[in-house]
Amino acid sequence: MLDDFLTRAAFAATGLSLATGPLGSFVVWRRMAYFGDATAHAAILGVALALATDLPIGLGTLVVALAMAVTVASLAAKGWAMDTTLGVLAHSALAFGLVAVSFFPTVRTDLSSYLFGDILAVSRTDLALIWGGSLLVLALIAWRWQALLTATLNEDLAHAAGIRPDRERLVLVIALALVVAVALKVVGALLIAAMLIIPAAAARSLARTPEAMALGATAIGMVAGIGGLALSLWQDTPAGPSIIVVAAALFALGSLRPRP
Amino acid sequence: MSLLSASHICVRFGAEEVLHDVSLSLAPGEIVTILGPNGSGKSTLLRALLGILPVAQGSVSRAPGLRLGYIPQRLMIDRTMPMTVRRFLSLPARVSDQAAAEALARTGMAGHEADQMTQLSGGQLQRVLLARALLGKPQVLMLDEPTQGLDQPGEAAFYRLIEEVRRDTGAAVLMVSHDLHVVMAASDRVICLNGHICCEGTPRVVSTAPEYRALFGLGTQGALALYRHEHDHDHADEPHNHHHHHHDHTHA
Repeated sequence: MLDDFLTRAAFAATGLSLATGPLGSFVVWRRMAYFGDATAHAAILGVALALATDLPIGLGTLVVALAMAVTVASLAAKGWAMDTTLGVLAHSALAFGLVAVSFFPTVRTDLSSYLFGDILAVSRTDLALIWGGSLLVLALIAWRWQALLTATLNEDLAHAAGIRPDRERLVLVIALALVVAVALKVVGALLIAAMLIIPAAAARSLARTPEAMALGATAIGMVAGIGGLALSLWQDTPAGPSIIVVAAALFALGSLRPRP
Repeated sequence: MSLLSASHICVRFGAEEVLHDVSLSLAPGEIVTILGPNGSGKSTLLRALLGILPVAQGSVSRAPGLRLGYIPQRLMIDRTMPMTVRRFLSLPARVSDQAAAEALARTGMAGHEADQMTQLSGGQLQRVLLARALLGKPQVLMLDEPTQGLDQPGEAAFYRLIEEVRRDTGAAVLMVSHDLHVVMAASDRVICLNGHICCEGTPRVVSTAPEYRALFGLGTQGALALYRHEHDHDHADEPHNHHHHHHDHTHA
């Protein structure tokens, strides 16, 4: 069944949605959109690092994304002006990454696959990594779910209940870096944040509880994944951006409906 | 026996000392109000007692296994987060539907389970926060300016509710306020704070529900007297004049 590249692509998109649905909901609730961007853009720098050190691409991406996410989180904790700081970090990470990979001629020809993903070229190994990483993120978020929600609502309330908000933030930071590493192949560095935010935002208008929103975001992500692949096949459009186009269309549809 | 106590604590934000040499102790079942002008360190003291802020000197101690219910000054729920009242009551510890319904009934919010948190009025939100705190069967309830944004009848009703809770559950209550009504309405003991403890004592009049109106003015005067005579700082810019004894329900 997995011999067909389209089937593998569909499984890759579905697997990724398992993680991006719940994590994306937290990104929306905590207003971490730019944070997601900075971490995702750092993935290109991770590609350069992996090529320079002969590490697997996924590992290089994970290391750099994690470093970026931890840096941003600790700057936020120190009370930096986050909008500007994140803007600087997100765009510099991308620019540095693009300059760094230009030293590797093989990537130069293949750069767009890192920027926009190459879901139609997903191998069985990639698929295993995508599902493994996504399930790991899902398990991490499910394990911390109650504490994460409480800390997201109000940090003092969490503190009074014996929850450490800084520790919960770290859980999200690690989850984000993991998602960036596995999503690079699917939607690419430029669209990872979109895959986190758009399905979650689309699910908002349909949901009355946080759980419903996270599940809805997962479902919408899956529909966008399959729909985007179909669009790509039908109109011969690039697959990664097509997935986001479908997600955005679903968001537009959802926002026509009044909030419950 | 003391449930919660602070011994000579100092709290600093950078070089600025926000609290200096503050000691207090909370006994079971008593209602203590920390009163002081804006910027006097009231919320800071509460946050230090909760362990949210580190103390630079001194120590905070809790009775072993102390169950603490906290009601923050403001709960701003982001509009992007869907959250029903029922779901909120199950954070962080899940509670049964029956326990949730009882807690809501206790605080006058029966039947509001399905409401979205962001749609509640200020008074309703406070009652839901109180219901959530009660679900933890607290020995100590801590409230940070619980009636901010409520109108006077709403405020009075909320403090009556706090008194009932104390009567029914025996929980000690530690409240923060810049509002003199509190002193009159409910407290056993008042601590005047302005960076340090200026004065501490029993308010002369403790109100009960039927005499509420009669006590309103008297209580305020008593509290004002208490408030004025021992402060050694200038609080001239603090507006107290909205606490007159006549009601003119123009906002109703």
